[in-house]
Formats: sequence, structure tokens, C-alpha cells
Amino acid sequence: MTKNDFAVVGQPLPKVDAWAKVVGETRYADDLFLPRMAYAKLLRSSHAHARIRSIDTARARALPGVYAVVTAADLPPVKFGILPVSQDEEALCADKVRMVGDPLAAVAAVDEETADLACRLIDVTYEPLPALMSIFDALAHPEVRIHEYGDGPNVHKNVALQFGDVDAALVGADLVREDVFFFEGNTHLPMEQHAAVAHWTSDGKLTLWSSTQTPHYVHRVLAKVLATPAAHIRVIATPVGGGFGGKTDPFSHEIVACQLSKLTGRPVKIALTREEVFYTHRGRHPVLMWIKTGFTKRGDITGCHLRTWLDGGAYGSYGVASTFYTGVINPVTYKIPVYKFEGARIFTNKPACGPKRGHGTPQPRFALECQLDKAAEQLGLDPADLRRRIVVEPYTKTANHLTVTTIGLGECIDKVVEASGWRAKRTRYGVTAAMGSQPTGGSREGGAGCTHLVQPEPPSPKKPGIGIACSAYMTGAGTAIYWNDMPHSGVIVRADRSGGVAILCGATDIGQGSDSVLAYLTAEVLGLEPVDVQVFPADTSLTPVDLGSYSSRVTLMCGMAAIQAAGRLRDAIFKAVARKLEVDPAALVARERKIGVPDDWDKAVSFARAVELGEAMHGVLAFPGSYAPPKRAGKYKGGGVGPSPCYSYSACVVELTVDEETGTVDLRDVWIAHDIGRTLNPLLAEGQVEGSIYMGIGEALMEEQVFRKGLHKQPSMLEYKSPTTLETPEIHTILVETDDPEGPFGAKEVGQGPLLPVIPAIANAIHHALGIRIDEVPITPDKILKALELRRRGKPPRVGPERLPLFTFKDPLVVESAFGQPADAIGVRPFQS
Amino acid sequence: MKVRIALTVNDEVHEALVPVHKTLLEVLREDLALTGTKHGCELGECGTCTVLVDGQPVLSCLALPLETEGRRITTIEGLADGARLHPLQQAFAELGAAQCGYCTPGILLTAAALLSERPSPTRQEVKEALAGNLCRCTGYTKILDAVELAALRMERART
Repeated sequence: MTKNDFAVVGQPLPKVDAWAKVVGETRYADDLFLPRMAYAKLLRSSHAHARIRSIDTARARALPGVYAVVTAADLPPVKFGILPVSQDEEALCADKVRMVGDPLAAVAAVDEETADLACRLIDVTYEPLPALMSIFDALAHPEVRIHEYGDGPNVHKNVALQFGDVDAALVGADLVREDVFFFEGNTHLPMEQHAAVAHWTSDGKLTLWSSTQTPHYVHRVLAKVLATPAAHIRVIATPVGGGFGGKTDPFSHEIVACQLSKLTGRPVKIALTREEVFYTHRGRHPVLMWIKTGFTKRGDITGCHLRTWLDGGAYGSYGVASTFYTGVINPVTYKIPVYKFEGARIFTNKPACGPKRGHGTPQPRFALECQLDKAAEQLGLDPADLRRRIVVEPYTKTANHLTVTTIGLGECIDKVVEASGWRAKRTRYGVTAAMGSQPTGGSREGGAGCTHLVQPEPPSPKKPGIGIACSAYMTGAGTAIYWNDMPHSGVIVRADRSGGVAILCGATDIGQGSDSVLAYLTAEVLGLEPVDVQVFPADTSLTPVDLGSYSSRVTLMCGMAAIQAAGRLRDAIFKAVARKLEVDPAALVARERKIGVPDDWDKAVSFARAVELGEAMHGVLAFPGSYAPPKRAGKYKGGGVGPSPCYSYSACVVELTVDEETGTVDLRDVWIAHDIGRTLNPLLAEGQVEGSIYMGIGEALMEEQVFRKGLHKQPSMLEYKSPTTLETPEIHTILVETDDPEGPFGAKEVGQGPLLPVIPAIANAIHHALGIRIDEVPITPDKILKALELRRRGKPPRVGPERLPLFTFKDPLVVESAFGQPADAIGVRPFQS
Repeated sequence: MKVRIALTVNDEVHEALVPVHKTLLEVLREDLALTGTKHGCELGECGTCTVLVDGQPVLSCLALPLETEGRRITTIEGLADGARLHPLQQAFAELGAAQCGYCTPGILLTAAALLSERPSPTRQEVKEALAGNLCRCTGYTKILDAVELAALRMERART
């Protein structure tokens, strides 16, 4: 279809919830106040690792205004976790705490202040254990076990996959680079602190309102840990005030609020403080990376070997998936004929890491894209040209058996190169031009690089630079978190004689606009305006299951389900209108709130009349739509992580200046071209891109989740630096449309992918400006000054990790490379008929 | 210790009996049921809880109700003129400047204060005025665009 075939799709329409949000009407979880409601607080551990000798709640219980106090003894002894393979969390810790902030007890009281005071009256006796605060610590002390399960002492997961003979491919290369990188962890920092309200009513039914991205998974966990039938539990996801992956796990506070409601017979609200949100975390894993890649003189990749070590924190969370994601997505962008990936996730006594925007892929993307920049420099190639030549072919498979459908990456590179004035600026700016193409350091290189710097004009300490990087991301995970053959997404579309259309869908709007996308697509199919469609989302008792707002899956999966459901409704109505007009249903179209034959539009009936005819013919008009992704998991263990119906692509150019005297980086402009498949709404799509760029800038230059003696060093929004209006540059977004056959009207994801290339593009631009390599993020001024100082002392001007852990990966699972093989059948998936 | 206070919020006088240390943010939300003002950090760091006191942006998480007695408080619920939206609200909705919407009330009020003092601000002035309001969704771009659009429309309406 072309753009002109659409009435709603492609229009810059306001979001359906925009009006409520600008007047303050939107009711987030913390805005719910129910009659007789009690307020809960958690007592959290002050130790990073300790046995619990005793918990005495007597003084808390005696405090006036306290309704109930619970500890682990008041809950079924059932552990939980988001992944079936990592059921390692407790709503309240029974025997041991594994991080500062682990929950120990909870109080429900007349108000928050009383609950807080009561928590301080709970006496806990700890027996401290050694706290393991880094990957190196955790591996060096196998005698201290954080958990009793996993792939070794303090090793949560150890994976090794090999696709083809990488060693042979590297031997045949003209250039082999080995580099080491470190990506410090950071956190989501949503503006809304997590909140929940539980009401266990006297009929034995439980309702939980929560700011969650995954009401379905919370539903399952509540049933398990509260030993209550899922059929008696209703989870409603309230509008989420920022998620970014931070609200995709089921959490202790949700479970505890339910139990306290059961005990008190009152609704119970719990709202986390900002400090608690920092400890609740589940954000970006710190990842140490070693990457060895072979290149031909022309810049073709002969093979790639990647090792990653993830600092997982105290619990499993999504960690097994995160571990795979640090390895499996890199081959989707460039031609990598053979590939080997080894990854390990290590437990430490810090808040658990999990999925943050880009889930596990920004870290290896940083490594690969910075290494490509170094290789281009050594080979004397332009970094944009090098990338452009090696873009993956459409409708082929990668070495690790992922199916690429459409790929607009080449066009994305061309567009950002053009828009940014790349070629002129690349020559005009930077020391690299002044120095020729001398390599400037790298982990395994000797040589000082350049010792003599030609000062470019003008002689200001602020040196300009321009850098490029690319990326890819999934449009929805191809497999569910728990293995099953049911739909990943479901929609019910109903219409009645009022002419109104309602959509029921389990999707959760976290600000990305999923309610709006559902309304747009349904309106498009039925020839209505979005305002005619009411969306009822995320209520496990009313809406068909959707797995949640994660992995950039909602627009595609809910969108496809909505198109199917709305199409079925349209077919039923068309049959009734066709009988009335005495025409063939195939001759009818729905547009402008009418249904009729285009050549005889005067006879077209209004949509409301058409629904009346439909109701008279068929009875109640309510139709389901179901979506499950194509079954494309690679036929090897671990092949279930990485497949997606289609991948989005981005290319990004960053222009900046770096101050040689202060080490500060000023971003001037960011150009990004994103292959979105089809733009369903340019305003929302640009908003996702701009937000991703912004978040990437924060990760690249300032944000870090770091600890001292078990405590978060900066658990507040003032100390945890994130970009304000003043640090955010002008962002130039270009949307590239490839019309993917797997997506709703051709659409792919846009919410996560554009974050990925920003970070390496900034690192590469800093190198272009000053000739230094900062091989770890965040790239803070002290690291830039340190690299400049190294150069002054005649050493390679590189700052980054200097050592790797002593660690034995398991023997790799050796699988034949599927690189370049044609894609399997496209558009074939369950529930199509 | 509880005190009886009378606050003028959105041109209405509200009386309440509240603990003396309860913040303006908590009183607005819990005693006056004006939940459009949001908790972000409770430490004066994020701008989410911004309200206007006599037209000036104030962080309601750091303000005590007693300090604001006799002064004119405006919350997001009072920014529109009855059912007619403020041009800022209209522009924010039209341009997609609210994603999750959680920071939106605070940003709208801060921007409203800016536009009453400087009806035609430069983009840099808008950035500086909003530098104390964090937004994690939008990358600020659509917010800045919306403030500029509202300023333009307000200027046109005046001339």
C-alpha cells in the first residue's frame, strides 16, 4: 500500500490520551484513593549481604495507628522471578539478604508516616557476610555464595555458542583487532515512582492496581506466591509514568500490598520513595566486553568473536535473556559470516539488573561500533563507507540463524551522511585529519599513536568532532517468557448500535502511545476516526492477554491482533450492508464513517446504521484477534533468544565539541535515520526517537549506577546526573520506510532501537575531535583529561578496562553458520485464519 | 501537631486541618484531592511537583502550606479557563509533548510562568526556564516546540 491509501495511518494525530495528560486528569497508581485505605511501607535491609538472625516486630505492632505487620513468616514460602529458570526472589527475605534494599518486613498503617515510623521500630539482628561488589570479587570468592543455584559459584549463567569456524576466519584476515570495553550500568529513572494499590475484598477476590509494564506476568506471580487461584485475581495496569523496562518485573511491594490488604480487610497503597526506586532498579547491566574481529583490506568482516561478562546484581530477573542479548543481536546489522559468542552473568551484592531500553544490546553495540571505527581508521577507510558496504542483505539469515526481512540500514546511512554534511565535516574537524590515519591506541596495541598535535583553527580549547554508528533492534521477542503455544497478544473489538467501537487489549500504555496505536489501526480498518474508538487496556479480568510492554513488541503484536479483530468485524458488517444494498461484499469499502460502494457513494450507509444491520444479521458484534510471532527459533539450545518478526535499523551521526582543558563534551547536533518500516504516526515516532537519543546521551556522558560499601553512591535525582533541556542537543530525525511484510501495515519498532547508536557515535566523535579513545561509558570529563594526559606522557591515549576476569566459559555449542541463507517463508504464523 | 489552614487554590478557598509539617504537595493531593500535581522525588530535584504561587513556579514538595496562606496557588487543574484549554495545553497535546505525561503538569506550569513574564522567549530562554524540570520520555524536543507554538499563538491572539 502507498501512503495515499491510508486515512489515519501516517497522520500526525494527537495521542488519544493527550488531553487527559495535559489537564492532569490521568490517574496513575499513586492517584488512587479508596475508602478506608491503609498505607504500607517496607523495611529494607541495611546490609549488602547478611544472614537474618531474627526479626522482632513487637514494638512496631504496638504503635498506635498500625494495622498489620508482616514478615516472611506471614507469606507462603514460595519464591518467584520473572523467568521460569530464575525463581530466586522472595517478597520478604526469610533467611538472608543479598543487597542493601532487600525487603524484610512491611507495615500497613493509618498513614504513610506511621507506617514509616513502625518500620523503624522493627528490630533485625543480622550476621554480616562478605559483600561481593564486582564481577572480579564474585569470581575471586567462590567460597561466598550469593545463591545456591546457577552455572557455578556466583555464576548465574554461562553460555557459549559458535557458528562456523571463527579461528580459521580470523587467520585469513588482513587485520585482526582485539579490543576491550566496559559499559557501566545505569538505571531507568522513570519520573513516576512505582506505586500499587491492592484490595482483597470480602468475597475473596483480589484486585491490584499497579504501575507495571507487565500486568499479565504480575498476575501469574501473585497467584503463585499468594497461593490463590489466578481466576480470583485481577491486575489492572494504571497508566505508567515512565517505564523504560524498570516496571517489567513483578515486585515485592506489589505482593506485600496484597497480603496486607488480606490481613487488614482494607485497600492498601504502597508508593516507593525515589531512593527505593534506585534500589529496586532492574536497569542496564554493567558489562565488560572483549571483542576480536577480522577484516579484509576493504573492510569486510571475516569473522567475529565476542565475550561478555555481565554484573547481574543480587537476583536473576531477566538476566538469562540479558546474557543472550549481549551476544545475539550484533550479527543482524553487518555481514558477519562466522560468529562466536561467550557470555556470563555474575551475581553480586547489588540491586539486580534487568531490562532497560535496548535490553542487553547497547553494551555490545558500543563495543562493535567503536571497534569498527578503529578498524576503519587503521584500514584508511571512511567509517560511514565501511559500514555501508557490509550491510546485511534483506531476506537472509545471519550466522546465528536469525531471519532478517526488510533492512533499510543502507538508506539510513546515506541519509544521515547527507543530512549531517558528514564528508565535509569529517575532513574539516578533528585531529585525525591533521595527523593522517595513524591509529590512536587500543587495548592490545603498542605505540604511542600521535605525540605531536597540529592545532586546528581556531585555537579554542573546544575541539569539534563528528562520529557515526549504526544499530538494529527487535520488533518484539519471538518467544514468550514462559514456553507456550498461546497468542502473545489478543484484542477484542466490539461494536453496537450506538456506532461506538470498543477495543479491549491487555497492552499497557507506558507513554509510548500503545492505546493510540490500537485506536489508529482499528479506525483505519473500519473507516472511522480514532475518536470514535474507545480503548480499554490492561485489565486481566476483562482484556485478552498481552504479554506486556517490553521488547518493542506492542505496536507489532497488538497492532496485528487489532487489525485481525477489526477486519473480522468489518467483514461481518460488510455482509449485512451488502445484503441491504444488494451488492457483493467485496465491492464495499469503509471510509469517512460510512460503508458503501465507491462508485455509488450516495447510497453508502453510516457506520452506525451498518452496525445495526450487522447486529440484526449476526447478533452481538464482538470479534477476537490473536497474534503469535512466526516460529523462527534457531534449532539449537539458546536459539529462542533473538528471533523477532522483523528488525528495526538506525544510523546516527553526532557532532560535538570537546574542551581540551576541562574535558567537557558539548553536543551540537544529532542526526538519526531510523528504518521504522511504516510510520503509523510521525509525531509519536519522532517522540520515541527523540526520547531514545536523549536517553542514550545520558548513558554516554553521565548516568551511572555505582556503589560504595554496598550503598548506591547517588540515589537521588540531583546526584544521579541525567540530561536536562540544557544538555540535550538539537535532534534531527529522518524516518525511513521499508514496508515490512511482518508488521501492521508494514510498521516496525521505534521505541528502543534509536538509543543504541548514539552512545558509540558520541565515543567515535570524541575520538575524531581529540584523537583519544575512551573505551568505557559513561565518558566523563575525568576520563577525557586522563587520556589527554596519557598522550602527553607519550602513552596510548586510551582510557578503558585494563584487565579481564579469570573465567572459563563452557565448551561452545557448535552450530553451522546460517549466514546468507535465504529467509524462511515470510508472513507465516499461528492464528492467521 | 495539626493546624487549620485556608489555601487559595485555583481561585477557590480550601480549608483543611493538617499536620504542620505536611508539605504543600501532600496537602494538595491528599486533603484537597488535586492529584494532578505529582510526586517525583520529594527532595526538590526534579520539578515534577511544580505549582505556581502568585504566578511563580514553586516546588510543592519543599513548600509548607502555612507559607502559602493568603497567596494565590495554581495547580494544573487551574491552568485551563474552565473547559477552554490554555494554549500551552493545546500545543502540548497537538505536538505530542506529553508521552507518559507524569512530568507534564509541572512543565506546563513552569512554562506558563515563563510566558507570562516573557511572552516571546527564544528557544534558549525556554530551555533555561525548563532546566529544572526533568522529563525522561521526550528528549525535550517536542516540549520546546510546543512552548514555542503556544507563545506564537498567544502573541497572535494579542495582536
